[in-house]
Amino acid sequence: MKKSVFGFAFLFFVAFLLLSAFGMRPFGEPSFSEMDDYYIENAQAETGANNVVTTIVFDYRGFDTLGEATVLFTAVVGIVALFREVAK
Amino acid sequence: MKEEMSRIVRTMTTLIYVFIMVYGFYVIAHGHLTPGGGFQGGSVVASAFALLVVTYGNQKTQDFLQKDLLSLLESTGLVIFICFAFFGLGATFFYNFLSNSGSLFGSSATIGVNPGNLNTGGTVTAMNIAVGIEVLAALGVIVLTMSQASETIEKKEK
Repeated sequence: MKKSVFGFAFLFFVAFLLLSAFGMRPFGEPSFSEMDDYYIENAQAETGANNVVTTIVFDYRGFDTLGEATVLFTAVVGIVALFREVAK
Repeated sequence: MKEEMSRIVRTMTTLIYVFIMVYGFYVIAHGHLTPGGGFQGGSVVASAFALLVVTYGNQKTQDFLQKDLLSLLESTGLVIFICFAFFGLGATFFYNFLSNSGSLFGSSATIGVNPGNLNTGGTVTAMNIAVGIEVLAALGVIVLTMSQASETIEKKEK
């Protein structure tokens, strides 16, 4: 009984994924590309760096990286606080 | 992880870990030119720390890597990163005030496909280095703290 429920759920999930996979846009043709085109054309001239991905991460989307760095810092604070008694 | 591993493993580790660290620092320093960046390079350097912990045990590694120093480096990296974000406040937060200015990291890049110049990128390069320092110190602190804790718990259970 349990196995048949799992099997049915699995088949349903696979069918759902296949259905959406066939409805996807072809590879390399995103629906809206104005933003991407802007980055590809102007990133090198505006920031002076060759790696466009890094310019997006550290320049155009700097706030996101600030959050990432803060998350890492908080994780370290949490781990040090968790093991403060054990490590003594 | 209490005892050291065999002589073969220790010899190979002393040979290899320097190269792993150099590769990590290369990925950090070239973050604005090649794939990778601060986060990835910092993780590579921290994996060298983890290799040291696995091979030599926690005690010997902590003689070599001071946890307090790593903790200080972590905070310093984050503060430098936020400072560079605030320095651009003349225009906006996170404004790239160093790019194309001619000063440090200020050369303008050649447009098009080219190998690149290390002295470009402005605050992108500086922030890469700051984040790299932060990530390698943060992951190093995590590895050292957890190995020390597991060692202490093992001792208590015996």
